[in-house]
Amino acid sequence: MSSSNGMIGQAVKRVEDKRFITGKGRFTDDIVLAGQTYAAFVRSPYAHAKILTVDIEAAKELPGVIKIVTGADVAHINGVPVGWQVNFKNGDTMKEPKHPLLLADKVRQVGDPVAMVIAETREQAVDAVEAIQVGYEELTAVVNAAEAIKPGAPLVHQEAPNNICFDWELGNPKEEVEEAISGAAHVTTLELVNQRMIPNAIEPRSYIGSYDAANEKYTLYTSTQNPHLIRLLMSAFVLGVPEHKVRVIGPDVGGGFGSKIFHYTEEALLTWASKEIGRPIKWTAERHESFIMDAHGRDHITKAEMGFDEDGKIVGLRVKTLANLGAYLSTFSPCVPTYLYGTLLQGLYTTPKINVDVTGVFTTTSPVDAYRGAGRPEATYLIERLMDLAALEMGRDPAALRFNNFIPPFDGVDQPGYQTQVALQYDSGNYEGVLTKGMEMLGYTQFREKQKEASQNGKLLGVGFSTYIEACGLAPSSIAGALGARAGLYEVGQVRVQPTGKVSVFTGSHSHGQGHETTFAQIVSNQLGIPMEDIEINHGDSDSVAFGMGTYGSRSLAVGGSAIVKSLDKIIEKGKKIAAHKLEANEDDIDFAHGNFTVKGTDKSVTFGDIALTAYVPHDYPTGLEPGLDFSSFYDPANFTYPFGCHIAVVEVDKETGGVKLKRFISVDDVGNIINPMIVEGQIHGGIVQGIGQALFEGAAYDENGQLTNGSYMDYCLPRADDVPLFETANQVTPCPHNPLGVKGAGEAGTIGATPAVVNAVIDALWSGGHKVKDILMPLTSERVWRAMQPPVN
Amino acid sequence: MEIHVKVNGVEYHHEVEPRLLLVHYLRDVLRLTGTHLGCETSVCGACTIHVDGKAAKSCNMLAVQADGCEILTIEGLAKKDELHPLQEAFKENHGLQCGFCTPGMIMAAADFLQDMPNLSEEDIQHALKGNLCRCTGYHNIVKAIMQAAEKMKEVTV
Repeated sequence: MSSSNGMIGQAVKRVEDKRFITGKGRFTDDIVLAGQTYAAFVRSPYAHAKILTVDIEAAKELPGVIKIVTGADVAHINGVPVGWQVNFKNGDTMKEPKHPLLLADKVRQVGDPVAMVIAETREQAVDAVEAIQVGYEELTAVVNAAEAIKPGAPLVHQEAPNNICFDWELGNPKEEVEEAISGAAHVTTLELVNQRMIPNAIEPRSYIGSYDAANEKYTLYTSTQNPHLIRLLMSAFVLGVPEHKVRVIGPDVGGGFGSKIFHYTEEALLTWASKEIGRPIKWTAERHESFIMDAHGRDHITKAEMGFDEDGKIVGLRVKTLANLGAYLSTFSPCVPTYLYGTLLQGLYTTPKINVDVTGVFTTTSPVDAYRGAGRPEATYLIERLMDLAALEMGRDPAALRFNNFIPPFDGVDQPGYQTQVALQYDSGNYEGVLTKGMEMLGYTQFREKQKEASQNGKLLGVGFSTYIEACGLAPSSIAGALGARAGLYEVGQVRVQPTGKVSVFTGSHSHGQGHETTFAQIVSNQLGIPMEDIEINHGDSDSVAFGMGTYGSRSLAVGGSAIVKSLDKIIEKGKKIAAHKLEANEDDIDFAHGNFTVKGTDKSVTFGDIALTAYVPHDYPTGLEPGLDFSSFYDPANFTYPFGCHIAVVEVDKETGGVKLKRFISVDDVGNIINPMIVEGQIHGGIVQGIGQALFEGAAYDENGQLTNGSYMDYCLPRADDVPLFETANQVTPCPHNPLGVKGAGEAGTIGATPAVVNAVIDALWSGGHKVKDILMPLTSERVWRAMQPPVN
Repeated sequence: MEIHVKVNGVEYHHEVEPRLLLVHYLRDVLRLTGTHLGCETSVCGACTIHVDGKAAKSCNMLAVQADGCEILTIEGLAKKDELHPLQEAFKENHGLQCGFCTPGMIMAAADFLQDMPNLSEEDIQHALKGNLCRCTGYHNIVKAIMQAAEKMKEVTV
């Protein structure tokens, strides 16, 4: 990548902000199409039940009702598909039961849709839903993965014996790891629950399905993170309609955090039904529907053992995890607790032997899929909790224990990438650097003195470390394919230079808060030497953007940005040909910098704008060269990118109540090169609060009947402004060696790093007061922390 | 029922169903879609507007309850092309990401800064309890409101 006007690394204020701060954003629910109708759903009140009868007669007669669709009406349509395949250890394909658009025979989660009403108004649709009578025979629910695999547990799907979707293993042979751990001087054992999280984008999911009979074309407006993938899955795998006759538009989207990656049944239903009734149909989730119908995240039960030699070097790690997948496989479900989790268990350490064994389990709960970080927070939580606990148990310093085990620095250029025991090759890293910097920011030595002093005064102060790594920039297609992805994970970037030298970029990445319209424009501005206001970034419309794999896995800049760079390179290359002709020079003698094509060593030059005009008005033009200046590129990364960092939490625990006060939060993140530091810092902040949310506040609470008991903002504790401190953030830069921007991705770092740091800090505080507890279930409510401090009851 | 309201300085008369929420009246009838609906339970604050000069959650009011009231929404906050100091400050401080909670955040802050112009960072954190943001981690929202508060004091002095 050549650079020119210095836009890279600048905290440019966001281009997209103006419409949002003035109320002019255009979210799906803001859109009203001519003749639009409204949908509402009859949803199961039971987690597990047979459907005996569905009586729609009374509802049909209500004012405004246009059509009522039941499970029987759509039984001929496929269910929503799964994008990843994981095989059993014996090679058998995972169990992949149909995920129907509407249920006809049996419901398997609270909220399962049994019928859809379409009416003239939202209120009329809801009235009709109330009038539909469904007869159920309740079956026994099974909520917990450990219960679900027990013999005799109720079966969620007949085709999945013992409710097992797959079992899966990665790493060194079990016996080698067993040998390493049995010979260890110290073994730290932890049984952990990584609780189920509810993503809670503040914009509820919203869709409008529409059919244009004149052109035989469907349009779906959807609050999605990846419009093209929705188009592909819905047209080819669900509805069986021609892909070119489906347009999917993801307009402004109010946060996703993973939950809007997936293809949801409502998208396909509304699209299908819009043709049936010949009018557009809108559905927007109410918050109680979001809580049960958006895919959830995490939900692991894990037993892990980490062995150390007498010098405090890790000799082995053994992990066994039960992953709750919920009632159906969502689009990415199978890859999250396997390839995005097991592959990260090397952490930042030289652990020589690792084995991870994962069983994916169906239960009568909402589907579980990727939630910000997706698998990597679960891996990091495990490793980093083990590290701090091992330090406490062995009487070693947790920072020193890490320094003793870090993989030494490597740049991935002169020094090779680091081959892990769990399939990945890290690209570049300087892990000691981030911890050193974090400790300086904290004032580690002073903190320990303060902690000692506090404990003498009856106060519990604690510090928790988390040095994390993640695999981002999803993903090299060949590796993704080998790992079970049923699609490539490249990205598309088109750069269209207009005749006047203005530039329209079309990217397959989708922005829903990440600021692509700014960051991507900075890249273009830098490369072409033109002002930001001459550039427009277009995304989210399958009819204007050639193709795209969407935004998730911190991939937009590393993969989507790189695709744009490829096209910019082609623009400049062609521009040089035109410039050489105009300047009567050899093409090899043309330099391009600061928006000018110049003959080397002379002052003969022509501007980018002139070249653009010449390309479109090619009266005096190189022979054999096509007119126009418009290139599209597919960028398929050579490897994942591996951002890493160090997060440090300082807490004070109230001895009387168990209340945890987060006093400080320090992060040093290495996300490779940074295009816009303001945006990167914002991503880190938001991620940290989601990580803190998991540690201290959030978690789905199901009762034994499969009812979500905290499915509202009154009951589910999202972090509020006064729950978190202001953050102390810093960066280290270790460029990614294999993409043209040298970037690694920043979207998930905060969520991955923060959770273990906070929990480790609370455990450290308790140990400072003599309470040698190994674990407290997340979220660490004051009751749980208080109970952990009480003497055991005989 | 018939209601008469003044929204962003414009008078409206409409016949509405008694059960129509104020937020739906603003969004669907007046097509002022800058006011967002996030939770229908008054917790998330995305629907915050001003009713007779005070912040109110428009998902928790019926349109008929607003009869005779003067309403200000995010669309009416800027004076022609001149952004309100809060709008400026949210942009300057990267106080928004996806932008969905932003109108509610700005309207809530516009209200509490009127009453309490000299807030500390901690005060602002407390004052924002009624507005949820899932993107920003609140840090930059607090910074933005601090900056806007300073600017608003200059304007009023």
